[in-house]
Amino acid sequence: MNRQIRRLSFVFGILLLVVLGNLSLQQVILADDTKAREGNARVLLQEYDRQRGPILVQQSQIAQSEPTDDTLKYLRLYSNGPLYAPATGFYSIVYGATGIEKTDNAVLNGTGPAFFVDRLRQLFGGQEVRGGAVSLTLDPAAQLAAADALGSAVGSVTALDPKTGAVLAMVQSPSFDPNLLSSHDTRAITDYYETLEADPDQPLLNRPLVSTQPPGSTFKLVTSAAALEAGYTPESLLPGPALYTPPGTSRAIPNAWGGSCGSDDRVTLEESLAISCNTSFAYLGNELGSDALEAQAEKFGFNTAFSIPLAAAESRFPSNLDPAQTAQSAIGQFNVAATTLQMAMVGASIGNGGVTMAPYLVADTRAGNLEVISTTQPREHAVAMSPANATQLLGMMEAVVDRGTGTLAAIPGVKVGGKTGTAETSADRQPISWFVGVAPLDDPQVAVAVAIEDSNGADGGPLAMTIARNVMEASLR
Amino acid sequence: MTDPATAAPAADSSDDRPGRTSNRRNVERNLLALAFVIGILAYATVDIVVLGGLSPDFGVAIAVFGALLVVAHIGVRILAPFADPFILPAVVMLNILGLVMIHRLDLADQLRAQANGTELPRADAEAQFTWLMLAVGLFVLTLLLIRDHRRLQRYTYTAALVGVILLLLPLVPGIGTSINGATLWIQVGPFSFQPSELSKILLTIFFAGYLVLKRESMAIVRTKVMGLGIPRGRDLGPIVVAWAFALVVLALEKDLGTALMFFGLFVVMVYVATGRRSWLVIGAGLLVIGGLLGYLVFSHVQLRVNIWLDTWSYAQDESFQLAQGLFGLASGGLLGSGWGSGYPQFVPFAKSDFIAAAIGEELGLTGMFAVILLYAIVVERGFRAAVAVRDPFGKLLAVGLSSVLALQTFVVIGGVTRLIPLTGLTTPFLAYGGSALLANWITVALLLRISDRARRPAPDATPLTEVQAIDVAGGDGR
Repeated sequence: MNRQIRRLSFVFGILLLVVLGNLSLQQVILADDTKAREGNARVLLQEYDRQRGPILVQQSQIAQSEPTDDTLKYLRLYSNGPLYAPATGFYSIVYGATGIEKTDNAVLNGTGPAFFVDRLRQLFGGQEVRGGAVSLTLDPAAQLAAADALGSAVGSVTALDPKTGAVLAMVQSPSFDPNLLSSHDTRAITDYYETLEADPDQPLLNRPLVSTQPPGSTFKLVTSAAALEAGYTPESLLPGPALYTPPGTSRAIPNAWGGSCGSDDRVTLEESLAISCNTSFAYLGNELGSDALEAQAEKFGFNTAFSIPLAAAESRFPSNLDPAQTAQSAIGQFNVAATTLQMAMVGASIGNGGVTMAPYLVADTRAGNLEVISTTQPREHAVAMSPANATQLLGMMEAVVDRGTGTLAAIPGVKVGGKTGTAETSADRQPISWFVGVAPLDDPQVAVAVAIEDSNGADGGPLAMTIARNVMEASLR
Repeated sequence: MTDPATAAPAADSSDDRPGRTSNRRNVERNLLALAFVIGILAYATVDIVVLGGLSPDFGVAIAVFGALLVVAHIGVRILAPFADPFILPAVVMLNILGLVMIHRLDLADQLRAQANGTELPRADAEAQFTWLMLAVGLFVLTLLLIRDHRRLQRYTYTAALVGVILLLLPLVPGIGTSINGATLWIQVGPFSFQPSELSKILLTIFFAGYLVLKRESMAIVRTKVMGLGIPRGRDLGPIVVAWAFALVVLALEKDLGTALMFFGLFVVMVYVATGRRSWLVIGAGLLVIGGLLGYLVFSHVQLRVNIWLDTWSYAQDESFQLAQGLFGLASGGLLGSGWGSGYPQFVPFAKSDFIAAAIGEELGLTGMFAVILLYAIVVERGFRAAVAVRDPFGKLLAVGLSSVLALQTFVVIGGVTRLIPLTGLTTPFLAYGGSALLANWITVALLLRISDRARRPAPDATPLTEVQAIDVAGGDGR
């Protein structure tokens, strides 16, 4: 019998190895997959167990964690919550995290690979791991100016540093208070969240990054860039009749004022932009062709989804357009759609000698001891136009503010360039008022895009210009 | 916790030195002391982490537990002086880990009750401790009453009868109760008892006694198919009866684990008794057929298999417990969260069925390896006793009892870790549950009794010496 007993103990030995192997599988190899699955309350509780790091704007904390007496040991607090909500997002036990709270969670909660030594120290020394800090590129002055000027109008503002792509302002209205979503009172959180969800103006929508709308006449900047790149000059003469009927359709495109452009229905490219002539740009669109417009738009960032690291929606310029659609697209209508982030990128690229920079919101991340973990390096997205053409286009934009449709954006003592826009959306909605601005023109420091939804052109246009002016002014001060 | 294992080689070498008492009770004492110290540290850690200081009962609990170990150790010293020195410390270590974890889960329950303003729950660790005292008493009593394991052979058929009655007792209306769908408990007044735990010992005694008588005829081979000797038709009777019996248990008590364990035990013992691998093949075949039958006929078996294969789809309802257990294991990782720092209370029945998940979460993969190796030590030492003991009944009994522990541990830990479908068996020594504790300590007493008999030096001048010497030599294979 002893031989059988030995064989049996060999078999049990194999079972033992199988059990140990499977345990290693569950506890180590598959552990990260398992932890990420739905319904795992532990991960959340562990996160609330240690002090989450702050989110900083120019050294001051806009989000930080304070100790509590609750079972959840730390409470997340936001100073100026609604102002920074599009950037910070919220950190909720009910709805999880959004914004930077989500994208940079590993740094903020101290679980990222950079915290390995800290965790070892905790294991052996009992020292609590402190979450790291995330510094944003936002400029508080620009951010505040945008929010103040926007007031209760529905819309968004995005400002960029043209040279780097750093986001200086991202503001929306209406916004929400992340404090109320990050409390420990699940009932109150749910109530507030449901109120926000029921609001037709969608406060939870990250307007600067994901709300894509037809850019209207601000898209003429892209069409102008394509024209300059194709050999046109600001002085090139274009036909500017009162109505332009593209080939293959009977629907004519009119000008905003109903009349023609220029004295003898002819107008220079620069003047077309300054007065926002639809017929000349629609004509120009078909002269350049839809492929050239698409290529130009893509060099400015259209048809690319940027991660800043918050996910920005792809702004669209459609492909395979017929002449009627091309004419509409050249003036930012038809299926062209852009976020304020995208239109700010157009302004920024023109202001940066034609080089489009990829936008980013995180300046750097730091460990609990404030040692820098990573610093965002500015990254080129594409070269949209030659420096010479960029300078010419800036001059054209200056004309818009000096004597064209954009005079309200002028800042005394500063050379400002810009472009207005009024975009039709659907029959039952009021148009969207746009403005894209760059300043100062001799050495651009800020590019801004504003979109006011559901406004009538008479109020919305001036509001958009005022906001853009205030943001540029605040950022240059 | 790995110390008992690492201490083993050193103790072995000291054993061979001349002039030493070779019964190695001092090794056992030292290992028990080590387990005790680890237990005190674990208990203190839990209290300090969860409560911020020691519980009021800390000193009393430690003192009583220490006394209990002294009783067990002295009992072995007097009643089974030559018994294996590693089995008892390993078992004690497992018990300590279980008790501390149950205490830790008690604290979590109490904190939750405080937070919700509800009545403080009963401290299960206290109940478990009481059961443990009773179990140790029964352990010593077993050693005292059964001075020679061979006497048990006389009760072969009595054991079978009582074992079967106990197993079927929960089906009697009025005293049987169902918990979580399995009808495994009997309720008499305030006491609930799981008779299948006791019947596993009785049925092992029966299998051993029966196979000693029948093994020769069952080993007879008439035909060979693909190198395997096929037993005679009439010898197939018992295995078919055991198989049918397991299916009945499965059908009536809805308990897959117990059915699996009993059938597995029977197959293993038939194989050891007859030395014919064909019995293993037949057993495996019947297991597959039985499993398929069970799957096709019983909805609870289907459910178990489905949530095993597709745990995450049912994670919010049917497989909630399994999923929560896996979350706990994953969160424990390599080193665990540490005593008191995890959330093992999230897993339903963490004190009983899922205590392995709780250990895995707080002590990590490292702790689980240690726990499983402790089981391996007990089983391996049990097998050693089986190899060394001279009488066939003792061999079969030791193999059977060890195999019960091994199979039970495999089935329950395999179930919790999603290696095999989850079934309702208790984790020996670790899990909360009085009847299992009593039965398992009786099992340990019997293993120590057999090993004491096996390792006892042969009396100097008996006519059997030569035979024994040959037997031992053959048996040890050295």
